[in-house]
Amino acid sequence: MKKTRYFSIVMILCMTVALVLAGCGQQAQAPAKKVEPAVKDIILATTTSTRDSGLLDYLLPVFEKQSGYKVKVIAVGTGAALKMGEKGEADVLLVHAPDAEKKVMATGATINRRLIMHNDFVFAGPKADPAKIKKSSVENALKAIADNKAVFVSRGDDSGTHKMEKKLWNFVKIKPEGAWYQQAGAGMAQTLKIADERHGYTLTDRATYLAQKKNLTLEILVEGDKKLLNIYHVMEVNSKKFSKVNAAGAKAFGDFLLSAQGQKMIAEHGKQKYGQPLFFADGGKTEQEFSAK
Amino acid sequence: MDYITKGLWQALQLIFGFNQEVVEVAWLTIKVSGLAALISIIIGMPIGCWLATRDFRGKKVIISVVNFGMGMPPVVVGLLVSIVLWRYGPMGWTHLLYTPWAMVIAQTIIASPIIASLSFAAIVSLDPKLRMQLLSLGATSWQAIFMLVKEAKIGLLAAVIAGFGRAVSEVGASMMVGGNLKGETRILTTATVLEVSKGNYDVAIAFGCILLFIVYGVVTILTFIQHNGRQEHP
Repeated sequence: MKKTRYFSIVMILCMTVALVLAGCGQQAQAPAKKVEPAVKDIILATTTSTRDSGLLDYLLPVFEKQSGYKVKVIAVGTGAALKMGEKGEADVLLVHAPDAEKKVMATGATINRRLIMHNDFVFAGPKADPAKIKKSSVENALKAIADNKAVFVSRGDDSGTHKMEKKLWNFVKIKPEGAWYQQAGAGMAQTLKIADERHGYTLTDRATYLAQKKNLTLEILVEGDKKLLNIYHVMEVNSKKFSKVNAAGAKAFGDFLLSAQGQKMIAEHGKQKYGQPLFFADGGKTEQEFSAK
Repeated sequence: MDYITKGLWQALQLIFGFNQEVVEVAWLTIKVSGLAALISIIIGMPIGCWLATRDFRGKKVIISVVNFGMGMPPVVVGLLVSIVLWRYGPMGWTHLLYTPWAMVIAQTIIASPIIASLSFAAIVSLDPKLRMQLLSLGATSWQAIFMLVKEAKIGLLAAVIAGFGRAVSEVGASMMVGGNLKGETRILTTATVLEVSKGNYDVAIAFGCILLFIVYGVVTILTFIQHNGRQEHP
């Protein structure tokens, strides 16, 4: 009786010690990081597509090794990423909603907006294609979906893709409403899965679609329209406005994306796995060049 | 169905292959939730014991607050903790946001009320005469509480199990305050969510299985302690 009691006491003590040690292990690491916290950590607020497509996992280790910075990736929708920039809660943004980006630039919250890369949006839908949108123009596709009340799954999360989708509906002057228009409130990969399960249409960036293709029966039905261009910019949060921002780190990250090596890595990413690149590197180009095309 | 068998197979490979990333994620999960549970015990149990052995005005109000804490939605806790820890938030100077410590804080806030409330229930459900008897036999107030804690061991360890379970299974708050950073604040629950959002369902299932193994392991140890030296049917 007494022995078992001792045993249980010893067990509890052992667990306590183990847990405390585990805690101390973390504590021991923390000060090392805190030597220059403002300098070493970079908070990157970005869209889910750059993470879910594997691009950041490919780029960041190289950048971190070269520069000694540690990048903390907060992958949210572009809307949320821009908000983080506006509040000074991030150091650098990698986003894809040019109109919304310009508004943030106008407030002075961010500086040095530079074009990094592009890919394009596509309409994905079920093979049966109930609204018959295959190979039609963006305008006709949206009209056909609305007229047929075919299921359309929207991101519904104020992300860059959602902003683009709203812009397109606006363009054809249709206010999508009703049971056929479903708002997922989820990331791109999950939205694709929902559209797949419900035999619906959705607007997606090509990178995420390609990365998800193995789980989907959806097909690309509309593509190649100039309106569907998806341009990514990097923006640094203004350290004159937010003193806690890691300005040097933010600039270093932007510079890396635009360096010859960064651009080469972006252009190569996914080529082997998906048979085509997920992003096209555009360092040095301007938006005007795209709209003039 | 294919996903599940594939996931199980992958889980076994990941566990027994000692995939470094998976081991790190699993180890961080144990550290964060274990520490959170430990702090929750230190905070919650004394509160439970105190409420169970003292009578004062307004006690019901405090108990209702503690019980309310049990039902506190983790996302709300996550939101509050991240607002407080933001760079330009009231405690931004601590630089704790997006670190494991932020997750420990959030999980502690979530688990403490559970441990407090369940330990209160465990001790208050003992025979009320027991404490009187102990005191009249000459035990000091502290000795009496020590004896009561020993008597209520089963209930108290149930509280610990529930608290740890809640902390380790939590995802929304950890995601928000930890940021799910690779190699830094990625734990099994947030890793599972990430793999689902990437569409890697088999890897997600593998992470889920590892989480189940860990929870089962810890709960088994606690259950053995709980029933140690005790006969349920004398």
